[in-house]
Amino acid sequence: MALLQIFEPGESTAPHQHRLAVGIDLGTTNSLVATVQSGTAVVLRDAANRPLLPSVVRYDASGVAAVGYAAREWITRDPQNTIASAKRFMGRGIADVARYGTLPYAFVDAPGMVRIQTAAGVKSPVEISAEILRALRAQAEAALGGDLVGAVITVPAYFDEAQRQATKDAANAAGLHVLRLLNEPTAAAVAYGLDNRAAGVFAIFDLGGGTFDISVLRLSKGVFEVLATNGDATLGGDDFDQAIVRFWRERYNFAAAGLQDAAALLVAARRAKESLTNEPTAQAQIALSMGQQLAVKLSREEFVTISQALVDKTIAPVKRALRDAKLGVAEIDGVVMVGGATRMPHVQEAVAKFFKQTPLNNLDPDQVVAIGAAIQANQLAGNKRGDDLLLLDVIALSLGIETMGGLSEKVIPRNSTIPTARAQEFTTFKDGQTAMALHIVQGERELVVDNRSLAKFELRGIPPMVAGAARIEVTFQVDADGLLAVSATEKTSGVRAEIIVKPSYGLSDEETAAMLRSGFSHANEDKQARALAELIVEGKRLIESINAAIAADGATMLNDADRDVIAMAVEVLESRLSGQDQQQIKAAIEALSNATEDFAAKRMDASVAQALRGKNLNSLVL
Amino acid sequence: MAVDFSQNHFVLFGLEPAYLLDLAGLEQRFRALQQQVHPDNFANANAAEQRVAMQWAVRVNEAFQTLKSPLARGRYLLKLRGVDTLEETNTTMPLDFLMQQMALREALSDLKQSPRAADAVDHLEILQSDLNAEEKALFTHLAVTLETNLDEAAVIVRKLRFLEKLREELDEVFALIDA
Repeated sequence: MALLQIFEPGESTAPHQHRLAVGIDLGTTNSLVATVQSGTAVVLRDAANRPLLPSVVRYDASGVAAVGYAAREWITRDPQNTIASAKRFMGRGIADVARYGTLPYAFVDAPGMVRIQTAAGVKSPVEISAEILRALRAQAEAALGGDLVGAVITVPAYFDEAQRQATKDAANAAGLHVLRLLNEPTAAAVAYGLDNRAAGVFAIFDLGGGTFDISVLRLSKGVFEVLATNGDATLGGDDFDQAIVRFWRERYNFAAAGLQDAAALLVAARRAKESLTNEPTAQAQIALSMGQQLAVKLSREEFVTISQALVDKTIAPVKRALRDAKLGVAEIDGVVMVGGATRMPHVQEAVAKFFKQTPLNNLDPDQVVAIGAAIQANQLAGNKRGDDLLLLDVIALSLGIETMGGLSEKVIPRNSTIPTARAQEFTTFKDGQTAMALHIVQGERELVVDNRSLAKFELRGIPPMVAGAARIEVTFQVDADGLLAVSATEKTSGVRAEIIVKPSYGLSDEETAAMLRSGFSHANEDKQARALAELIVEGKRLIESINAAIAADGATMLNDADRDVIAMAVEVLESRLSGQDQQQIKAAIEALSNATEDFAAKRMDASVAQALRGKNLNSLVL
Repeated sequence: MAVDFSQNHFVLFGLEPAYLLDLAGLEQRFRALQQQVHPDNFANANAAEQRVAMQWAVRVNEAFQTLKSPLARGRYLLKLRGVDTLEETNTTMPLDFLMQQMALREALSDLKQSPRAADAVDHLEILQSDLNAEEKALFTHLAVTLETNLDEAAVIVRKLRFLEKLREELDEVFALIDA
């Protein structure tokens, strides 16, 4: 375990030691894992030297039978137990997935998120995604020869709260420490911008297997500032496959029955779509379950005709993003194409026509997201201090609260730079009202029912007052992962309630336990020992960082009393680190952390002042 | 406690509290500040440092949003000078302004009814450029009144809030046409 080798007891911690961190593009069709080695971001390959891992998981009666290429071979033979494109089901209900067209799975309705009935039992999309992440983690640890300290996982910018949280849960279940959830177009911009030393305003057009994002960013000297983002979380390459299948069903009168035929048709459609990128026509033989051999054909012209509407669907979000960014097409310096589906020539043409310029395709559209994520992971893991890279991202969807009449009142508008917090005051509408229900929603529509419901909670214990006298301040806070926490306080009495908005998927205790079991069950690992080891490392790093801070700024920012308090907390932690009690170590870490909060604030104030002093000198030139 | 939230936004960016602002300078300072305080720089720091970074980053974002927008900046300057713009409660407006607003809204609601009309986009773009011109005139007026007549400045902020809502509706109609 590399983690322990670095921080062997009695040895000083080595901050210069390279810490293993990866970027993971958890894609609809394929997933990748990348890392920074000797200053260069590289995609890590599997034992057979393949960069992509198909996002496919196959189950049999004994559990997970295969992940990746081995699973993909079973798509037509065992469609019901071979799950592809699970990303499209993350955080989605059964009504949402019904809109995707004919899929060869036995969906099960469940609160919060749809499930799939397989030979190994009912599986949630979170569990399926966790299997893919676990395979990527193993691939990375094998390639790098050590345990990972963490991962940056990419998500579509247009993913909502439930989809983001589901992704984070899947990563945790796979035993990955999530350093950050990073928006896919932002990751692509990082890879592109750093590679080309680009500066200016760029549009990232990201059409993946199941999702479409458009982000407009300003790039300058290592700062990636997202100005606006938009998209369609239900539009992707998979929809083009469905369009082809529909076309064939209409043209060739055949008796396709059952899930196996549906899977075979989708596979043939995907192949046809891919070959039409370079060929004028595509053809295939499909063996149907009724014994019929079906010969199908598709020309590029036909493909364009049947799928142009899908391509056109990308343009409306692009227009909205530009409007939100208050920019015209002429002000876009470059358009970067991301995602396998942008290989389709008519997508390239539509983008070129709209932006009146040739899109940039000089990075592999399959790899660019993972590369960008790896660059950020490397920085977040602390391998590159004082680097200039700064990502200022936004939330794609407005966050609001239900008010009288089922209306949604926006508290944080879309395209707000994160992290962000905003407070809004509400009041009671009945005399003597002692409780208030708060319903948090996400989306742009006026009516609550048209938006996505995120959470409901209650503020109780409001002192009885006449209607309109209570002052209830509701605070929304969105962190750098785009995840939301909400708190409510009645200001005249100080009564308070809060909730980390965590959409409930209604996972049963059994499901949760099974996910955690499989997450920690690899290679004779003792979960307790690992947790204790990590806690000790954390404690030691905390003491080191505080000692370093005191050495740097203690003389000017701390008085004797402050020093004594901190020294005492350090001593307590040091003594507990030699013990085995996790709870005690945790408490001591927290106590020390709290004892240094004022000091941390003072140091930050000083660094802010420092930053501005530099700017003031510059501004004399302006 | 940790972050001094009483410090005003202009001081935070090291700028003179004035309506006319060097926007490029503001953006430059915003980026310089975020480079110091953004949580990404503290991914390895202890919990106390991470909390402080989060509070600071939120604070810097909020200040930047306020100063960047000509309307929010005007409202904020009035607040610093002790004037509440009462946008939610005070809806009395000069008659000519109201008449003009009604005409604009009527035109907009007509377009909302028939977003598929061939000339809908043209009409919308004309409305938008009218709105832009109107706003621009009010911003100029606001800059003057903030130095001479704060009550009048508050009226202008309320007018601008009207226009902002109108712009939101305009964007919705654009979205309807795009869809």
